[in-house]
Amino acid sequence: MSQPISLRRHGSRLFALREASILVVAILLFGYFAISNDNFLSGANLQTLSQFIAPAAIIACGEIMLLICGEIDLSVGQVFALAPFIMAFSVKAGLGLFIGIVLALLVCAVVGLINGGITVLLRVPSFVTTLGTLFLINGFTLTISRGYPVNTPGGATIANIFGAEGYSEFLWALLIVLIMHAVLRHRRWGLHTIAVGGNLTGATEAGINAARIKVGNFVLTSVLGGVTGILEAFRIGSTDPLAGGTNIMFLAVASGVIGGTSLAGGSGTIIGGLLGATVLGVLQDGFTLAGINAFTFDMIIGGAILIAMIANIRVQGMRKGGRR
Amino acid sequence: MSATVNETAADALRAETIVKSFGAVTALSGVSLHVKRGEVLGILGDNGAGKSTLMKIITGYHKPTAGQLYVRGEAVDLASVDHARALGIECVYQDLALVNTLPIYHNMFLNRELRTPFGMLDHRTMRRRAAEALEDIGVNVPSVDEEVEMLSGGQRQAIAIARAVYSEAKILLLDEPLAAMGAREAGLIIDLIQRQRARGDISIIMIMHNYAQTLEIADRVMLMQHGEVTFSGAARDTSVEELLEIVRREYRAARAR
Repeated sequence: MSQPISLRRHGSRLFALREASILVVAILLFGYFAISNDNFLSGANLQTLSQFIAPAAIIACGEIMLLICGEIDLSVGQVFALAPFIMAFSVKAGLGLFIGIVLALLVCAVVGLINGGITVLLRVPSFVTTLGTLFLINGFTLTISRGYPVNTPGGATIANIFGAEGYSEFLWALLIVLIMHAVLRHRRWGLHTIAVGGNLTGATEAGINAARIKVGNFVLTSVLGGVTGILEAFRIGSTDPLAGGTNIMFLAVASGVIGGTSLAGGSGTIIGGLLGATVLGVLQDGFTLAGINAFTFDMIIGGAILIAMIANIRVQGMRKGGRR
Repeated sequence: MSATVNETAADALRAETIVKSFGAVTALSGVSLHVKRGEVLGILGDNGAGKSTLMKIITGYHKPTAGQLYVRGEAVDLASVDHARALGIECVYQDLALVNTLPIYHNMFLNRELRTPFGMLDHRTMRRRAAEALEDIGVNVPSVDEEVEMLSGGQRQAIAIARAVYSEAKILLLDEPLAAMGAREAGLIIDLIQRQRARGDISIIMIMHNYAQTLEIADRVMLMQHGEVTFSGAARDTSVEELLEIVRREYRAARAR
């Protein structure tokens, strides 16, 4: 009995390694900005930082599951913008806030079903499918809103719970990250998501319903996009048809990739995604405090993604090469 | 009539005049086979002979256009891979259906995961049982936590066979179990197959390319060419030369047509 236990420690150390390197990067960056700028550790700035990290981290949970099973969702940023409008219009129609939120998330789920259905049943690559729905949903949101923002419905208490109060959005993000981490590592759904991305034919031969897994993860990603859009609408107090967009989608995908999720499918980590979002958030926030402009920041993000990908591939190569 | 029933009952698996067409293409034109309990049947044939199609019919992946399957004497119409599996038919495909990025113990339990009462994966029990099962079957791996990616071709094949055996397969299909393997690794897999045969309760159908290896391992051999069986008999009563002569004769006849 003693042997399996020692093997187990060995195994989790391997898994931990993947997240440890990005954790070190996050801590180093955090330390650097804390020392170089007095305002970095101020309460107000930490709150701003948490509000930058939260939306990317929540959407990253969905994108990571999709990347692991070999797909991607480019349209999630448009779903982010659509959801709070469905909520606002439902409230305007007298359905109440609760039903409004449920309806909004149902619409998101339908978008996920369409993304997944076209990708899996009609065999259109998800990159193309979701590029199409990206424009479609964006046009739809602009049409129903006539291009104008509306006030987010609901009283102060509701708004505070759903994102307006300082750290509430970050707490939602942490809760979702913990749940999704458990789903990926400790539920069949997560294991089968890895299996489908790691060996599609093999997983199917083992009797796993790959279509169900993929469509399910598309639905999950869209719903998480909608949740994030609603949280942000409550936080800001206004619902904008051009909120979210490709910017938040790319931030989420970048968070996943920087965190150690493979674009080739078959492996990834949710905790890594949170750490990736943290690194991007600290960079954005730190450079903003230092007075570096937004144009430079895009170059920095681009560089960070490239470095993370190169490091990712090299570490994988070392793990394989060193043990053969 | 009763004699036929008794005869089929002795067979773990029997296929009678199986026909399979894909549109205008006939992949199998009336193939029959049978394998007894504890017996190893080797199926030889070139690419396109219909071996894989036959295999996929036995595993419930394809439905035959005509013909009948009998499992332990009972006529069955396999509705799905799961149905075949429920009857104890397991297949180790050439790609082995292993997920490289998952550890050995997850692969051993792929789609048959053990769970705690709350539906969480029971990693601890799966890890222990996988280690026990591999030891029992006689497969040596450094650790069940090792990702399959890190293993050699022979080790991977052994894991896939061990998984099928562990799931209590009664009829085990192996698709090219020795393909692309060096002599030493092939030897290990041959040992593994022969140990399973020695248990006596498992029937093995192997799809093979190598005639000499097939005659060495199998009790009976079957030769398939262009969707038909051109030879079927005991391995000890035939030779590589005889089988090759049949292949050449059929090939010439096909060219003449």
